[in-house]
Amino acid sequence: MSTGLTYHTYDTDHMTPAEIYGHVLAELGEEREDIVGLTADLAKSTKIGKFGNKFPERFFNVGIAEQNLFGMAAGLALAGFTPFVSTFAVFASLRAGEQVRTDICYMKLNCKIIATHSGISFGQAGSTHHCNEDLGVMRTFPNMTVIAPADGYETANAVIASLDRPGPVYIRIGRGFEQTVYESADYGFEIGKAVTMHEGSDITVMAIGPCVLHALEAAKRLKEQDISVRVLNMHTIKPIDKEAVFAAVNDTRKIITVEPHNIYGGLGTAVAETITEGGKSCALKRLGLQDEFAIVGYTDDLYSYYKLDDNGIMEAVSDMLGLEVEEDEDWEDEI
Amino acid sequence: MPLTEQEIAFLKEKAWLIRRNTVKTMLWAGGGHAGGGLSQTDILVALYYHYLKIDPKNPDWEDRDRVILSKGHGGIGFAPILGDLGYFDEEMLKEFNHTGSPFGMHLDMRQVPGVDASTGSLGHGLPIAVGMALGARLKKKSWRVYCIIGDGECHEGSIWEAAMSAAHYKVDNLTAFIDRNKHCIDGPTENIMSLEPLKEKWISFGWHALEIDGHDFAEIGNAIEEALQTSGRPTVIIAHTIKGKGVDYMEDDPAWHYGGIDSDGLEKALESIDRMYGKA
Repeated sequence: MSTGLTYHTYDTDHMTPAEIYGHVLAELGEEREDIVGLTADLAKSTKIGKFGNKFPERFFNVGIAEQNLFGMAAGLALAGFTPFVSTFAVFASLRAGEQVRTDICYMKLNCKIIATHSGISFGQAGSTHHCNEDLGVMRTFPNMTVIAPADGYETANAVIASLDRPGPVYIRIGRGFEQTVYESADYGFEIGKAVTMHEGSDITVMAIGPCVLHALEAAKRLKEQDISVRVLNMHTIKPIDKEAVFAAVNDTRKIITVEPHNIYGGLGTAVAETITEGGKSCALKRLGLQDEFAIVGYTDDLYSYYKLDDNGIMEAVSDMLGLEVEEDEDWEDEI
Repeated sequence: MPLTEQEIAFLKEKAWLIRRNTVKTMLWAGGGHAGGGLSQTDILVALYYHYLKIDPKNPDWEDRDRVILSKGHGGIGFAPILGDLGYFDEEMLKEFNHTGSPFGMHLDMRQVPGVDASTGSLGHGLPIAVGMALGARLKKKSWRVYCIIGDGECHEGSIWEAAMSAAHYKVDNLTAFIDRNKHCIDGPTENIMSLEPLKEKWISFGWHALEIDGHDFAEIGNAIEEALQTSGRPTVIIAHTIKGKGVDYMEDDPAWHYGGIDSDGLEKALESIDRMYGKA
């Protein structure tokens, strides 16, 4: 790592992405005295408290006051520090959205936001604590990098990579019971570069967060039926990996996006924009919350209910493969 | 130490110049926040021409004192000070508000040298100031942070979130001024949403609170000195001011929160400012 960090591999079977984040930040804090941590009464829930326990003098729990949280982070960044700020995604993106935009993005400050409990990961808490809007919000803030890691390893990679990326970075993770996709952190994570999880030529499934694992499982099961599915982990929503999208359009002409987010504003929208501006036609289906507030329930049940799990993705693949998509080898005239 | 008569005379001379340059900039800009731009003048003049440790030739000097104009719409009265101090060529003020200019109504720190934080949306400056003040303490630096808040801005909840945290963290290197000109856009603060008893509110939030005449340099100076001597808590200086101070036809008139002037209007404004300083 360019930070010179000696990175330990964590027992990810027993640690959630948020816990790994807390440990990684605490480790980074040893090497980088410019790191400060801030939260708004969610030190335990977001796991930034692991940093706080180790560096109490560099940690600020501002109480339940998210506007002040991000304003103070901006002030600390202006004083030369690198603030890591953690709260729930809904509060980071909506309650304090203007502070993130105006105090942090407008001034292009070196502030890293690690937001937990995103999407429908806090299923039973209901829509007040869900967040299916944050990608849409954060993506429209100039200067902001937006990342949705697939698991704990990728969370560690994203947090470390964010340190050396100038300007604000938003990393959204879940509540903390997400399963592991990778077997180690050593798979070549790079901000803005999609990871091919499964090679395929019939259709491409692009996913983020826990949906990456579901897409991968779906692809494996579909392979048994001789359906060849390319699975891309699109961990960086902004800047989106245009090359990976164009390659999928060219190679498969059928794309499904899967995200624990409203289909408006997030991965599906980013991919749709990229495809459209590329000028080549492609069938696209966006799985996610279909512009509705989610029902209450166990998170796994919600993934199933909203067809974001293995079965939901397999069903969407079958539906799309049944579509007649015009085949045309000469695409020059389509632009 | 109180300001000497000589020092006060110098500050008055500067305040005269800055008020004149503020209304001139209004003409060049095609309009401006005249009311708040002129009510804050004496506070900023006292800071920039006497108290601040700054180096206009080196705007990013790490050990400088910081000023955050939380009431960012005061930019039209703030930029002339930075120009006069040499942070940029004063001639550039003639481009204020023009398309593509570095100067908009609300000053952008990435465009205007000497601006320590971009402000404009109300309620944002004080939280940033608290973070900066904590940053100084963490870095074991002696620089101080001054934050200028509008009185109407105190309607914003984030001001009170920050007020609570500044007292909690005991950031005594932070001094806030409230430009108590008694008006917001739609009318008097006390009619729109009453702020009083304002001093008691700040005291109950854990601040050392002072109340002064915000157009009297001796009082401004004494209050800053008292803030410098106060340890263990931040100081707020509620400065009673007059919106549009210096321009008789704008004073205390909420219609001049934002307005435009033509060359006749400028002439009358300059005459009024000259009269205020016994120069006419």
